[in-house]
Amino acid sequence: MPAMNDEEIPRNILLTTVDAVYNWGRRGSTWPVMFGLACCAIEMIAAACARYDIARFGMELFRPSPRQADLLIVNGTITQKMAPQVLRIYNQMAEPKYVIAMGSCAISGGMFTSYAVLQGIDEIIPVDVYIPGCPPRPEALVYGFMKLHEKIMKQSIKTVPWFAKEPAVRPAPQPQPASE
Amino acid sequence: MSVQIPPTERLRTDTIQINMGPHHPSTHGVFRMVLTLDGETVVDLEPRFGYLHRGIEKTAEERTYVQNVPFTDRLDYICGITNNWAYALALEKLAGIEVPERAEYIRVILGELTRVMNHMLAIGFLWNDLGATTFTPVVYAFRERERILDLIEMAAGSRMMPSYIRAGGVVADLPEEFMPRLQKLVPHLKRFIDEMDTMLTKNEIFRARAVGVGVLKAKDAINAGISGPVLRASGVPYDIRKVDSYSIYDRFDFEVPVHTAGDVYARYLQRLAEARQSLRIIEQAMRDIPEGPVTSLPYKQLSRLKPPKGEAYGRIESPKGELGFYLVSDGSNKPYRFRIRSTSLLNLTLLREMCIGHKVADVVTILGSIDITLGDVDR
Amino acid sequence: MLTHEEILSRLRERFPEAVLDVPEGMIDFTIVIAPQAWHDVALFLRDELGYDFLTNVTAVDWPDRFEVVYHLYGVQAGHPLLTIKLPVTDKENPVVPSVVDVWRSADFQEREEYDLMGIRFEGHPNLKRIMMWEGYEGHPLRKDFQNRTYSYAELEPTRKATPDW
Repeated sequence: MPAMNDEEIPRNILLTTVDAVYNWGRRGSTWPVMFGLACCAIEMIAAACARYDIARFGMELFRPSPRQADLLIVNGTITQKMAPQVLRIYNQMAEPKYVIAMGSCAISGGMFTSYAVLQGIDEIIPVDVYIPGCPPRPEALVYGFMKLHEKIMKQSIKTVPWFAKEPAVRPAPQPQPASE
Repeated sequence: MSVQIPPTERLRTDTIQINMGPHHPSTHGVFRMVLTLDGETVVDLEPRFGYLHRGIEKTAEERTYVQNVPFTDRLDYICGITNNWAYALALEKLAGIEVPERAEYIRVILGELTRVMNHMLAIGFLWNDLGATTFTPVVYAFRERERILDLIEMAAGSRMMPSYIRAGGVVADLPEEFMPRLQKLVPHLKRFIDEMDTMLTKNEIFRARAVGVGVLKAKDAINAGISGPVLRASGVPYDIRKVDSYSIYDRFDFEVPVHTAGDVYARYLQRLAEARQSLRIIEQAMRDIPEGPVTSLPYKQLSRLKPPKGEAYGRIESPKGELGFYLVSDGSNKPYRFRIRSTSLLNLTLLREMCIGHKVADVVTILGSIDITLGDVDR
Repeated sequence: MLTHEEILSRLRERFPEAVLDVPEGMIDFTIVIAPQAWHDVALFLRDELGYDFLTNVTAVDWPDRFEVVYHLYGVQAGHPLLTIKLPVTDKENPVVPSVVDVWRSADFQEREEYDLMGIRFEGHPNLKRIMMWEGYEGHPLRKDFQNRTYSYAELEPTRKATPDW
C-alpha cells in the first residue's frame, strides 16, 4: 500500500468536533412546514421564489407534514380560534425543531388589538427568532434565517433541550382534549 | 379465473367524513372543509372559516378614519391597492370629497397593475392546486409580481401594504422613474401573458381536469351574490367598472370578456382575458395622464375628518369581485359602523353545490379557481 | 330601470302597511320596512321588480334599536342600489325573518350577523356561529361588548365546551 505523503494528509483528513458536525448538518437544510396563516405567508413564498431564493440555504423544500419538518415559521395573525391548531402542529413536529415568529402579528398581535387575536405566539410556544415587520421584506426573512443558523451553530449537544434530562425551557402547554 | 359479482349482491358501503384544513398544503390560507365522501366522490361539503377572524370591524370603530386605512390593506392581502380604493370611494361618497384628475389616473394605473398581478397569481396557485407543485407556475407568476411590486414600492413606499390611496386622492406623486419603467413593463407583461397562454391553455391534462368541473350556472351565481371573474365566466356580463362607472373608467375603451361554460377552464380563460384588457387600460392611462395636484385633502385635514351624519355604501370591482364598504357616521371622527362587504365570502356561497358529485382532488381545483383570500373571508 | 317613485308606489299598493318610512336626505335611496312583512316584500322585490342581487346584509347597533340593512342591485335589469332597513326595537331578543330562500347570498352573512350581533334569523337552515367558535360567549360587535385583548388561557373554558371546532 503506498504511503501517504505529508502534503496529502491535510487535504484528505478533517479534524473537527462532534458539535460542529452535528450543528453543520442541522443548519444546512432546515425544512420549514408549509404553514401560511395570512399576509406574511405571501412574503415567505416570495422569498422562496426566484428573486430572493432560499434554496441556497437548503430551505426551499416546504414539507406539508409537520413530522418531516424542522422549522415552524409562524407567519400571520394567530387568532384565538386558530391558536390550538398551531399548538397541535408544533407538538406534532419531531425534535430538533425551531420556531421563527415572522411579522408583527406573530410577535405581539400586530395592529389587531381585538377580542379575537392572540397577542403573540410566544404565549403558547417557545420562539427562537423574531422577525419584525408588517410584512417583513423577503430580505428581512433571509436575515432572520441567517440569525437562526448562527443560533444553531452555537448550540452544543450537551445543552440542547431535546437531549436534556430535565427540560431546559418550559414545556409548551398541551391543548385540552375536546369532550365528546 | 375472474370472479363475477352478481349485480343483485352489492357491497355495503359507508360514507366517511374527513377534515381538510385549516392547515393544508393548498396555499389559500386557513380554510377548513368537512367533506363527506363515498369512496372518492364528494357527497357533502361544509365550509368552516373564521380562523383568520381578526375583529377588524370592531377595532375600526375605535380608530379614526385615516387610521383605518392600514386595516383595509390587510383584507385581501394580495391586492392592497384596490382595497384602499374601495374604502376611499366609500368615504368620499359619505363626506362628499372630490378627487383631482391626476390622482384618478394614478389610481387607475395602479389598480389595473394590481389586477394583472392578482390574476397571474390566481393562475399560478390554481396550477399549484392541480398538482404542478414545488411551485413552477407560482415561481413564474411571482417573478412578474416582483416587477410589479417594484413599481408599487416606487410609488407607495411599501411592497405589499401600500396604504397609498386615501380619500381625496393618493398620498404622494409618482417619482420620475415611474413612467419610463412602466413603459418598459407593459409590453413585457403582455409577452408574459401570451407565454402563460401558450404554455398552459392547451395542456391536455389541464383540459381533462378542468373542463366540466365545478360548473356554475348564471342564475345561481346571481342569486348567490357571486361577483367578479367567477360571475363573468358563467355568462353574466356584469362588471362594476362599466355598470357604476366609478372613477374615470368611462373614458377608457376596454371590453368585458365573458365566457359561458362556468367551469374551472372558463374561469382560467376569463382571468387571462381580463389581464389583457387591464394592460389595454394601463396603456391608455399612461398616454392621457395630466399634470396637477394628487390630493384634495392633505394629511392634516384627513386626520381630522369628521364626515356629516349619514351612511354610504361604496363598491369597486376588485380583482376578485365586488368589494364594498358600508360606513355609518355619527358626526364624530370615528366611524360608528365599519362594514366590509367581503368578496371572497360571498364567492364561497355555492362551494358545496359546485363540488358535490366530483372527486376529492377536484374540490381543491374548484377552490383554487374561485380564488379566495382568507383575509377577506374572515376579516 | 325603475325610478324611486315607481318602486315606492308599487310597494305601497302591494303591501300597504309594510313601508314604514322613507328617510329624507340619505345619500343612498333607503326604504324602511316592517320586519314581519320582510319575507313577502323580498319575494316581491326579486320576482316582480327584478332586484335579483342581494349584495350586503349587515346590522347596526343603535342605542334604542337594531337596524338590519340590506343592499340590493338588479343585475339583469340594470337597477342601481336600493337600501332596505328593518328596525328591530326588541334588543333583548332580536328576531328577523331570514331571506335565504329568496337570495342565497344571505346564507353566510346572516350567520355572521347572528354570531357577531346576536340577531336571530328565523327560517335559516343552519344558524350557527361562523367566525367565532360554538362555545364562545357574547356577541362582539354589540356596542356594550368591551373590545379588549384576551390571553390564551382566559378563553380556555369556552373552548372545552365545544365538541368539534
